[in-house]
Amino acid sequence: MVTLENYKGQVPAWCPGCGNFPILKSFKEVMVELGIEPHQFTVVSGIGQAAKLPHYTKCNTFNGLHGRTLPVATGIRLANHEMPVIIVTGDGDCYGEGGNHLMAAMRRNINVKLFVHDNQIYGLTKGQPSPTTGEGMVTKNMPFGVITEQFNPMALAVALDCSFAARGFAGDPDHLKSLMKEAINHKGFSLIDILQPCVTYNKVNTYDWYRQRVYHLESDYDPEDRKAAFSKALEWGKRIPIGVIYRNHRPTFEERLPMIAGKPLVHQAFDLTKIQTAFKGFY
Amino acid sequence: MDYTIKIGGEAGQGIQTIGDTLARVFSRTGCYVFSHQDYESRIRGGHNFYQIRLSDKPLSASKDSVDIIVALDRDSVTHHERELKEHGRIIYDSSALRLKYDKPSFLDIPFADLAVQSGGDRIMVNTAATGAVLGMLGMELSHFLDIIGETFRKKGDEVVLANKNVALAGYEHAVKNCTRCSFSVIAGAASKPKMLIGGVEAIGLGAVASGCKFYSAYPMTPSTGIMNYLAAKEKEYGIVVEQAEDEIAAINMTVGASFAGVRSMTGTSGGGFALMVEGLSLAAMTETPVVIAVGQRPGPATGFPTRTEQGELQFLISAGHGEFPRIIFAPGTPRQAFSLTNRAFDLAEKYQIPVFILFDTYLADSQWTLDGLDASRVLYMDYRLRGDAFKQVADYKRHAFTESGISILGVPGDAEHLVVTDSDEHDEEGHIVEDAATRVKMVQKRLDKKLPLIKREIASPFVYGDHKPAVIITGWGSTYGVMKEAVDELSKSRSIAMLHYSELFPFPHTERFDYVRFLQNAKQTICIENNATGQFSRLMRAETGYAFTTHIHKFDGRPFTVETLVGEINGHLGKL
Repeated sequence: MVTLENYKGQVPAWCPGCGNFPILKSFKEVMVELGIEPHQFTVVSGIGQAAKLPHYTKCNTFNGLHGRTLPVATGIRLANHEMPVIIVTGDGDCYGEGGNHLMAAMRRNINVKLFVHDNQIYGLTKGQPSPTTGEGMVTKNMPFGVITEQFNPMALAVALDCSFAARGFAGDPDHLKSLMKEAINHKGFSLIDILQPCVTYNKVNTYDWYRQRVYHLESDYDPEDRKAAFSKALEWGKRIPIGVIYRNHRPTFEERLPMIAGKPLVHQAFDLTKIQTAFKGFY
Repeated sequence: MDYTIKIGGEAGQGIQTIGDTLARVFSRTGCYVFSHQDYESRIRGGHNFYQIRLSDKPLSASKDSVDIIVALDRDSVTHHERELKEHGRIIYDSSALRLKYDKPSFLDIPFADLAVQSGGDRIMVNTAATGAVLGMLGMELSHFLDIIGETFRKKGDEVVLANKNVALAGYEHAVKNCTRCSFSVIAGAASKPKMLIGGVEAIGLGAVASGCKFYSAYPMTPSTGIMNYLAAKEKEYGIVVEQAEDEIAAINMTVGASFAGVRSMTGTSGGGFALMVEGLSLAAMTETPVVIAVGQRPGPATGFPTRTEQGELQFLISAGHGEFPRIIFAPGTPRQAFSLTNRAFDLAEKYQIPVFILFDTYLADSQWTLDGLDASRVLYMDYRLRGDAFKQVADYKRHAFTESGISILGVPGDAEHLVVTDSDEHDEEGHIVEDAATRVKMVQKRLDKKLPLIKREIASPFVYGDHKPAVIITGWGSTYGVMKEAVDELSKSRSIAMLHYSELFPFPHTERFDYVRFLQNAKQTICIENNATGQFSRLMRAETGYAFTTHIHKFDGRPFTVETLVGEINGHLGKL
């Protein structure tokens, strides 16, 4: 029986009160409640405060480069599609540096779970605006305030027919856990944008700011209605919906590849004698 | 017997179809073949050519002088008529070129009319032209008819039959009308069909033979052929080929797949490799094996997209932030491309490092005949810890400190042991650290301990020609063939040898073969490179202190031919 003890890792180096703590706690509890053992899945992370998460728990880990989690995760899934892959990253890593990979991964519908700790700021480099920073926020390098339009990950997801797109909030861990479980059990590319206060560098989007705005999606909301989902995805400001914004049941990239229909590449034996046939092709 | 045939025309006219078919007919007849192409970066129009040389003796380069020109456009005549040998002939269709040439070297063959009159279609002009060339050479038509059957089988019997009739019409027309043709093709002694293979296919074939299971790339000339070759073999050999959204994704996917437990490779050109540099460093830090094929073309920036250069050697040596070991191979022939790709996989897995296959457009696009490849000489050893073997290990640390610096790669998920790695500096388990002592030990593990072992794997350069030469010509990569033929030519009157490097980095030891002394003992040493700055000669000087007496650099985007290289060498030697 897997317990929380199995998921104990290094002591986190995050700031006290950081929104990453409740996300880490939710993550560990979800894995235990789903009965998944640390060696049975792989976490891919990039660079940023969120990306340190796998070191603070136990799992197969590829902690790669800033912005490059998705291609690494794609490579892992194509080599071994029986290995669940969860990506832990931040708004700067995934929406900024890795933007092209995000679009490609949604289009491919590679079956990985992407958890974006979205604190609307760069924490590791000490407070520069990220793609999701609100317009007008003043930072050290933007003394006149941010003038670039705020990036909307949910709208992008609906536009690209992303298989599963949800928004969670670090201050509502029970709800977040249910989203994580749903994403892990969903067959297809799954994005959870997790609203996460940065207690040190984001003085605008605080716990209170989020608490005043977030609400659970209505029980009659249908995430499989793409047009309604697009309207819902555009909702931001006075009220911010959390929950599954959009979902579809497109076939995954992995299941459309005939080469791995039998078993994962990593478990396919190599037969050197077959090379003679390839030689013959040159005569 | 040593004939050269040149097919010239606009892009889209089917030059490559005629060239590939003729080369295949010659190799099946048992002749030795060397072919190369020259094309513009466009899909239609412009002027392109395909050049094939055939002989009863082994060939390794192209010549400037031509025996038969198949002119599909007027430019083929204006650009190449001067290359024609004394008894050479130009065949063309005056109705297509809308011009009649009255010189005796020209032979007007109505390809289009022949195609239509023999029951075919105007689009079969290339079949008629191919048939005509075979008629002029006095060869049999049977191999060509077989190839037509294989090529058009899927299009149905009617298309096959029509093409065969058109081939025969072109052939007979040439036999009847080419009265001044004195060509006579004789195959080699045994006349066994030969293997005909190009550089990029040889790299692709080498990857398949090495158990490569994952290839990700973004299309870029001249490396795209590797992706195309592997994609055609995907199902038969269980290979996943994925076209990435960009080169950054391509190398990161390759690293991911390798981490997950399969042999993985990517390929690109200089510009695409510039984007991969960050990922190269990632592979090094995480000690994840990757094979990277880099096809050189003239730069900077987009340069000459479809032409050739040896301009990325210094780039590859120093690419990537941080300090880490790497291996660079630069094959000179398709046979070397095959075997060095195989060694690249073996060494990447053995030492958990990035290994490069550095080639160029010239090698990529030139085809050679081989007497065959030997599967029994292919290296394959699985260095990874999998399944039960991984389960039986008591304790596992991905980056454990060892005597050799090599910590065994475990396949994640195969056992309860966790496989952890990090682009940050990490401890033996793979977790992020900040302390100086671990840092020092990790650098020693990744670099200092592995490097001497890696250096020992690198073979000595290849010597051809005189063993006590007065003159040594030196080069690397794709100039192998042309240098070899230049030595054959020049050794008739001089004491000369060639020194060729296909294993470039780490630079070969001098213990097994003291090539520095070998060079010092010659009167004149010429370093030949297809670039402007002499990147190899700088490497030689940096690694050994040896400076060549003379340099020949060519950076017009075109490869060396035998005559031009011999002329250049003679020019330098004349000055002595």
